[in-house]
Amino acid sequence: MSTTNAQSRAEIRARLESTVDMALMAVIIFAVAGATVFVMSVTIGDWEFWVDWKDRRFWPLAPVAALLIFPAGLAAAFWSRFRLPVACTAVVLLYSLMRWLSTYFNFHVFGDFPMSMVWPSIFIPLALLIDCTLVITRSVFLTGLIGAFLWGLLVYPVNWPLLAAFHEPLVHNGEMLTAADLLGFEYIRTGLPEYVRVVERSVLRTFGDAVTPLTAVFAGFVCTLVFYISWAAGAALNRQVWVKKL
Amino acid sequence: MSVSAHAFHEAHDEAGSDASARVAPIRWATYFKVLIGISGGFFLYRLYLQQYAFSVGLDYFEPEFAVYWMRLFYAQIATAGIVLVGVVAYLWQTRDRDLAHVTPEVELARYFKWITWLCAYTLVVFITGVLGAESDAAWHQVVIRDTDFTPTHIEIFYLCVPAIIITGIGSFLYARTRLPMHSKRVFLALAIAIGGPILIMPNVGFNEWGHTFFYAEEVFNAPIHWGFSILGLALLGLGGVVTHIISRMKELIDEVAART
Repeated sequence: MSTTNAQSRAEIRARLESTVDMALMAVIIFAVAGATVFVMSVTIGDWEFWVDWKDRRFWPLAPVAALLIFPAGLAAAFWSRFRLPVACTAVVLLYSLMRWLSTYFNFHVFGDFPMSMVWPSIFIPLALLIDCTLVITRSVFLTGLIGAFLWGLLVYPVNWPLLAAFHEPLVHNGEMLTAADLLGFEYIRTGLPEYVRVVERSVLRTFGDAVTPLTAVFAGFVCTLVFYISWAAGAALNRQVWVKKL
Repeated sequence: MSVSAHAFHEAHDEAGSDASARVAPIRWATYFKVLIGISGGFFLYRLYLQQYAFSVGLDYFEPEFAVYWMRLFYAQIATAGIVLVGVVAYLWQTRDRDLAHVTPEVELARYFKWITWLCAYTLVVFITGVLGAESDAAWHQVVIRDTDFTPTHIEIFYLCVPAIIITGIGSFLYARTRLPMHSKRVFLALAIAIGGPILIMPNVGFNEWGHTFFYAEEVFNAPIHWGFSILGLALLGLGGVVTHIISRMKELIDEVAART
């Protein structure tokens, strides 16, 4: 009799707990997807929106640093509370799905831009690197030092298969420019900063060579810092702090 | 009605008479009705935007704009005000006046209802972040900005943001008036997760001021937009809220299972 009761209680407990999980799943998905896409839009949006913004100087730096905030912040909760090393991949996967959704419906269907001009960057392999580093090292410090550094360092090669064709040089009206630049000139927009227009014109814009590798290393350094700060913020917000008054 | 009787009737109403159902109090029908209702409403609005944002929405000074967009704007802000007052009044009037005697079954049922509130809130944030904001980005890139009122702004600032405020305040007030742990203290992560998105309102003023006096170009990277990111960043607080919900509901489930 007591065994039957215990089984019944265990079944009720299991059923209720899975109901909680299912009910919370939508909350987590909506919050993560909405918040990540929105933060990216209003901070570094144009580098993600337009192919002619995907330059060698700021695109490999600003978007990767900004996108790391949510994966690292949520990894703090998932790792410290549930020992689940999947947060970075899950967040970036959701972000990528939502960006494609937004790109298609907002920029292509609504704004009438061609998809070849507005495709989003690829980040999923980089997120896998961070989660794998966390699994292997089981150390937040080493994950920031190695995983987050690789996240920043490798964004350019990861995206190169998609981007290479758009960086082919062209001569247009006597000016050398890239295919991406030409696409940008054909689709005039209100927000096209001067530095994007002239970045490939072979003027003296750097004091040395190797623009992309230097940016990649700097991006790795910035991403390491962003990872630690975001992890700390995520851990702080995950604490159960109650106050008497706001 | 005494409080314990009130709690008993609520538990009975929420769970029905079946002993098994008594400990499974989530109402999936309500949960999905809320999700489908919100999604459907925004979907219809999106169709309207697709149809009229470019054809009659380019210039605030055109008579067509007053017909197709300003009437909608006035209807939206009036409806938002009425709904907000209604939600706050309803939640306050129907509050539990004796939270000290809430049974675990009732509290568990209320946590499930609270998840439904939070789901509505995050769905609105999701629609605002993914479909609302970036339709504005696309619209502005093909249309030179001229006035404070544009079709996509009427959608974001006067439909999405009020919806965020209504569902956010509703979520907060539901917890405050029905969940014992939240009745006397404020859970900081919840306050941040709900207060942050509401704080984008000051940046709306900053954004309009910057665009009116400094530059008309709509570059989404521009510093006048960075303040909007508080909407998304504050949602990191939901990690704490989810952790709290899981841990508290685990305790309640254990208690309820033990009493079965």
